[in-house]
This record gives sequence, structure tokens and C-alpha cells, in this order.
Amino acid sequence: MSTATASRPPAPTGLVWRQFDHWRARWRRTWRGSAITNFVLPVLYLLAMGVGLGAYVDSGGARASLGGTDYLDFIAPGLLATAVMQNAVGASTWPVMGAIKWDKTYHAMIATPLRTRDILIGNLGLIAARLTLTAAVFWVVLVIFGVAVLPWAVLAVPAGVLVGLAHSTPLFAFAAWLERETGFMLFYRIGVVPMFLFSGAFFPVSQLPDPLEWLAQVMPLYHGVELVRGLTLGTPDLLADLGHVAYLALWCGVGFLLADRALARRLGG
Amino acid sequence: MGAQSVEQAAAGPVEAPVEALVEARNLRKSYGALEAVRGIDVTVRRGEAFGFLGPNGAGKSSTMRMIAAVSPASGGSLRVLGMDPGAEGPAIRSRLGVCPQDNTLDSELTVRENLLVYGRFFGLSRAEVARRADELLRFVQLTDKAGSRVDDLSGGLKRRLTVARSLINNPELLILDEPTTGLDPQARHLLWDRLFRLKQQGTTLLLTTHYMDEAEQLCDRLVIIDEGVIVAEGSPAQLIRDHSSREVCELRFGVDDHAGVAARLHHLGERVEVLPDRVLVYAEDGEAVAAAVHEMGLSARSTLVRRSTLEDVFLRLTGRSLAD
Amino acid sequence: MTADRVNDLIAPGAARVVPQPLGRFAARHLVDRNYRVYRRDWLLFITGFLEPLLYLLSIGIGIEQLVGDFTLPNGSRVSYTEFVAPAMLAASAMNGSLFDATFGVFFKLKYEKVYDAVLATPLRPVDVAVGELVWSLVRGALYAGAFVVVMAVLGLTSSGWTVLAPVAAVVIGYAFAGAGMALTTWMRTWQDFDFITLAVLPMFLFSATFFPLDRYPDGVQWLVQLTPLYHGVVLCRGLTTGAVGVEMLIAVAYLLVMGTVGLLVASRRIGALLLR
Ligand SMILES: Nc1ncnc2c1ncn2[C@@H]1O[C@H](COP(=O)(O)OP(=O)(O)O)[C@@H](O)[C@H]1O
Ligand SMILES: [Mg+2]
Repeated sequence: MSTATASRPPAPTGLVWRQFDHWRARWRRTWRGSAITNFVLPVLYLLAMGVGLGAYVDSGGARASLGGTDYLDFIAPGLLATAVMQNAVGASTWPVMGAIKWDKTYHAMIATPLRTRDILIGNLGLIAARLTLTAAVFWVVLVIFGVAVLPWAVLAVPAGVLVGLAHSTPLFAFAAWLERETGFMLFYRIGVVPMFLFSGAFFPVSQLPDPLEWLAQVMPLYHGVELVRGLTLGTPDLLADLGHVAYLALWCGVGFLLADRALARRLGG
Repeated sequence: MGAQSVEQAAAGPVEAPVEALVEARNLRKSYGALEAVRGIDVTVRRGEAFGFLGPNGAGKSSTMRMIAAVSPASGGSLRVLGMDPGAEGPAIRSRLGVCPQDNTLDSELTVRENLLVYGRFFGLSRAEVARRADELLRFVQLTDKAGSRVDDLSGGLKRRLTVARSLINNPELLILDEPTTGLDPQARHLLWDRLFRLKQQGTTLLLTTHYMDEAEQLCDRLVIIDEGVIVAEGSPAQLIRDHSSREVCELRFGVDDHAGVAARLHHLGERVEVLPDRVLVYAEDGEAVAAAVHEMGLSARSTLVRRSTLEDVFLRLTGRSLAD
Repeated sequence: MTADRVNDLIAPGAARVVPQPLGRFAARHLVDRNYRVYRRDWLLFITGFLEPLLYLLSIGIGIEQLVGDFTLPNGSRVSYTEFVAPAMLAASAMNGSLFDATFGVFFKLKYEKVYDAVLATPLRPVDVAVGELVWSLVRGALYAGAFVVVMAVLGLTSSGWTVLAPVAAVVIGYAFAGAGMALTTWMRTWQDFDFITLAVLPMFLFSATFFPLDRYPDGVQWLVQLTPLYHGVVLCRGLTTGAVGVEMLIAVAYLLVMGTVGLLVASRRIGALLLR
């Protein structure tokens, strides 16, 4: 506060970059482990569900209801979207609460000229880097499994990151607002698991009873799955995809504003 | 006190009365290559308040943990309540109260539940434990916090709760590892008051501290421990008699060269110590020292004559330099 | 009695309460402690049942329509959901008990320091290990019971043996809780739990959970049969579909040995970590 009145406030970007070393150090400590899990988990999922179970789906003659693709092609892009979503949940819940409640990292930062918004942007930057890694590694797996069809498929990575951020920013707000960590467990069970299972990654949402189908279509993950699937398989529906992108961007933006407010309130600044 | 302990033994459980509740001979503790306790001998008698005074890292906690039967001794012999902690840990622990250095309160439970659950670990019935919990909460003045979460308590309240918890099984020996470190003066005095009452009611106290005033207030006998060995032993008064002069004269001079001045004062007392800002002369009669200094033509900016304290003993025996 | 006296507690001459011998099952007091903590989070308890149920629903609504019926080793044909449901029962028994025994125990061991206080009382490390294990089994049994009831209501069971399925789930829970707790004593940071994920996920996906064993090449079949979850799935699937056989006894023995070895190792390690 006093610094802001004493001198002209520095440009926000400057302040964000001052945290760069902090976030880079945190990233350094953890990226290797996450890179391995980021690679191994998709491979395992694709082998089990795409190849193993896929054989039964394909021989069961379900291609038509999957939009003419075989099961591996159907679920692989969907799994990319869900993987980024889950990563976003992991990165935007516990660590945020930890930095507020346990480590008090944010409190240490706010004691410097940094403002809450700078901290928020810096932390989201780290999360975005993590999500990019997740999406990119998963994308490589898709290429290895022969699912990705270039050139459109290249856009699946930024699309994936967008899906992740659409979950990250609102969750950041949630984590900054929440008092006790049990809320995360509840959210995981009544939010993340149903989204994971019913957002069209494993089967078309049209198979759901109508009200549930509508509910699924409200979820950002559904739009993420559709967007990433079209791009990966090289069959984007450009108009619909524009809608998906706009809807995901809306979640990002509203989430950011909420997170900014929640964090400021929590850090008392 | 003697009469009390006889009475107590008569009304007590079937075990034969043990007058030495703790007996350590050449007790040792090593963590790998590090020797934390290097052969100490102590005897703690029933009904007394016994202190371990020492700087950080002296080996106090290590010793307390061995006595509390939660840490195996690396050498020497140890009997607690007449039993061997290595072989009869549970039996010993059932009759001890322990207030560890870090509280180890259960932050997932409320204040009262901390007592209830802990008491059940001693095999006390539900009704018994509930009755005691309420009484102990009154004793440490936490009744109105009974339903609070432990995380919401201040350091002093947590400490009081830990003391209450350590009393839930009505222990014969209460072990307190730095009971008041980090507390504000009010909290310390309240805790001292409670411990004093316990002592009056016949509970044997074994405590560690690095506060001299705490040791002087609470302990009948104490040992000063440094780098894992006992460097002095006795009652606070006796320790002062044995290891310091009756009085100390503190002199501040307006010069930088305190060491130079001090060199000229040696004949005035038993011992002279130079600190950055003053010179201490240890002597039977501090006023006489002050007068003599004045006569020598040395004008001290300020002169303070006081009685020797345990702090003087402690600093003399464990050195002025800060341990860790 | 005035506010500041604990007269009848501490008074000399008052009959001291002789500490009770704790009896054979001292660990029950730790179970009681966990119950007290959990009871405040009842919502968490209820929703714990949700996850396997949601998996079951997504399979029933979604995947079953994509996949046809399956033929079991004994020749009977079952719907895909009927095939997967017992595997979900086994997998959720594994997940639930692992969660308690790994994250839960690690948190109490390293952060909350719950056991430091417990071990200052007459309780021993083995009581800690047994207490945590029993607690996780009690919860597991409740979840498994509820899940089996849902299976029966949805018509996903076809045998009277089904009544034993919750017991099978408890045996699975025992195996994983014991082993998980033992491994947890070697964990240093939360990052180390990635290894548990890396072990559990392949089991979840490949232990004949989502498709039968004969889908694999021979060598791989062998490998799958070595995993504990495979035996858990054999057990549960045999009971709910009625395709019972000797292999189920092998499975029980495997799981019991695994849990017991884990429990013994965990007791020793907890003692070594905390009673230094
Ligand atoms: N669990 C342990 N492992 C290794 N070293 C220890 C452990 N506990 C204490 N120490 C070391 O033993 C020495 C004595 O410690 P401690 O008994 O805690 O001293 P005090 O309680 O007097 O401060 C210190 O050097 C300390 O670092
Ligand atoms: Mg200590």
C-alpha cells in the first residue's frame, strides 16, 4: 500500500515477472515426476480402454453411435481433455490452499510490493505451464497411438490448455475462499468424478437421459472434449468450435475475476 | 512430604512403594554418530520437583523421552517406577504423565475430545474419562474452550491443554519438557501456578527448562546439563552457593576498553567477567566492590549490586556463547 | 470442588485409580478416535460411496450400449455391467483402504503427529497399525455392503453367494491396507505417492476389471495373475455371478498373506520411526 502511494505503481507485468524465480523453483522441484505420470497414465488408459475394451466395442458394431470412429479414436482425445482437467484440479486446489493456510507463501509475497493480482497471474502462469506439459505429452501419446491427424491436431494442445484454465481459474477462486480442505474431497466426489465420467469422453452424452444430457452440456469439460476431439481427429466443425472456445473463455474470465476477489479478501489486501 | 508419600503409598495400588521414581546410571543416547546424552546419573525421588536445566541441544529432551519410555537408551541403565523401560514400556507409560516439548495435540479433535480420546488410551472407562476431562479443563481454565478446535488455540492455551492431557491418568510422575517455552508472561505464571499446586498435592514433577526463574520457582533439586553431561547438581540455593559468589557487582564504564579496565579489578572479587557493555565482579560483598572501584578513581557510569542468581551459575557452567 | 483444585484427582491419600490393563484389543481406542474425527465429516463419509456408484452408472448407461454381452469362463452370459460391477466392488475396496492407509496414515504420521501422542500412552506401535487397519476395514465394509445392495437392486447379481461379497471386499481391503501402510512408512514427501498411483492405476485398468483375462497374450496373462487386485476381482466376480471355484481360495490366501505381512512390517516400521 505504502509503496503504491510513494511511487508510481510498477507495471503489472513487471511485478509478475519478479515472482518468476519463485515459480520456476517450484516447477523445477516437481516437473520430472509429473512428466512421468503425464506420460505413463495416458498410455495405460489408452491401452486399457482404447485397445483392450475398444476391441469389444468395435466388434459390437457401435461405430455409428460414435460418429463413425473406432473406440480408441473416440476416447483418446476425450481422455486428453479429462487429463488436463484433472491436472488443473490438482494444481488449483490443494497447492493454493497450502500457500494460503499452511506454507503462507502468499503472505510472504504480499509483504513485498507484489499485489494479489500479480500473485494470481504468476501462479496461474505456473499452472498453465503444467497444463501445457500435460497436454503436450498426452498429444505425443496420441501421435504414437496413431490417433492424431495433422495439421488440425496441432491445435489440440492449446485447446487442451484452454480446457484446463477454464477449470483452474474458478477452482482457484474456490480454493482461496474455502476454509477447510475437506471441501476439496467433496468437490472431487460430486464434481470431478461425475464430470470425468459423463462429459462425453467415454460415450456420447446423447446416451444420457435428457436432463442429465443438458447438465453435461453446461459443464465446460463437455465443450473441451468436443473441441479437442474434432481437432485431434482432423474433423473440426469450425462454427461449433468457435462456440466451444468462447464458452471456455467465459469460464476462464469469470473464474479469474472471482479468484482475484477471493484471494484479495483472503490475504486482506 | 515424607508423611505424604507414606500415606500415598499406603492408599496406592498393589505395587511396592518405590521411593526412587527414576534412577539413571551412566545413561546414554546416540543418534547415529551423534552422542546426545553422554552418561548421566540422576535419581528422582517421590514427591519432589526435579529439574533439568540446560541450553538448547544439551540433551534434555532426549533424556525425557528415554524416561518416558518412548526412546530406547543407547547405554547405561534406567529404571522408571522400578521397571525397565525397554521391557515394560506400556506398564510404565500407563503411570506417567507426559507433556512433550511440541504439544502433539490432536488437531482433528476438539479441546475436550483431546482429553477424552487420550484418556481412553489408558484404559479409563468412558464415564471416568469424561468426569476427569471436565475437572481438568476447569483446572487449567479451559472450560469455555471445551468445544473449540485445537488449531484455534493460542500457544499458551495449547500448552495448558497439553498439561491437562498429561494429567488425565492421574500420573505418579509428571514429565514436562520445556513447559513454558514461547509463552507470554501471563501464560507462564498461570502454568507455574498450576504446576505448583500439583506439586503441593504430591505429584512428582520432572521438568526441563532453559529459564532460570522457572527452575528457581519450581524445582526442589535440579541438574545443569550441557552437551549431554551433568555439570552441576543440587538445590537452586546450593548451586548458587557452590558455583557463584553471594553477590555480583555490575559496572558500566564509559570506555570501549572494558577488558583493560577489568584487568585492574581482579583483586576485588572471586571472579571478573567481561561482557560487551559491562564488567561483572563476583564477590561476597558487592557494595564493597563498588566502593573500592570508586576509590581507585575509576568512574563507572552505572553500578548495580545484586544477589547471585541461578543464571550466573548457568552461564558460568555452560558458557556465554550461544549453543545452537 | 473449587475451580482450581483437582483434589480428588491428585490428592495424596485419595485412592489412585490403578491404570486398567488395556486388554487384548487396545487398538479399538484408536478406532474410536478416528470415528470421532470422521463423524464431523459425515458428508464426506456419505459421498465416499458415490464414486464407485458413478462408475457403475456410467458403465451401465454408457459403455454397456457400446459393448455386447460377455461370456464368463463357466460359459454363462452376462451383461457388461454385470461383468464390471464386481470388479468395481473390488477396485473400490482397494482404493478406499489404500487411501486411508497411505495418505491418511502419512498425514497423521508426519504432519499431525497423532501417533507421537498415542505412543506416549500404554498403546504400542502394533496397536497403532491394527487400529488404523481396523478403522479402514470398518469403513470399507460399510461401503461394500451398500454397493452390493445397489448391485442387487439393479439386478446385477445372479447368485446367493453374493451375500459374501462384502466379506470379500473386506479381505481385499485388508490386503491393501496392510501393504499400503507398510509402504507409507518409507514415504518422505507427498511426491513419493506418485509411485503408489503408478502401481495402482495399472492394476485398476488391467486386472481383468474392464475385460476378461483372455484378451491378453499368454505372457501378459501371467503377469496379470500375479497382481493382488486380479485376485480380488476373481473373488468378487465369482461370488456375484455364482461362478465359484478353487481359484477363489487361492485368492483369499494370497490377500490374507499380503495384508498380514504388511501389517507386521508396518508395526515394526512405525515403532522404528517414532520410538527413536
Ligand atoms: N531424533 C533425533 N535424531 C537425530 N538427532 C537428534 C534427535 N533428537 C535430538 N537430536 C540431537 O541430539 C542433541 C540433543 O537434542 P535434545 O535432546 O533435543 O536437546 P534439548 O532438548 O536439550 O534441546 C541435539 O544435537 C539434537 O540435534
Ligand atoms: Mg528439547
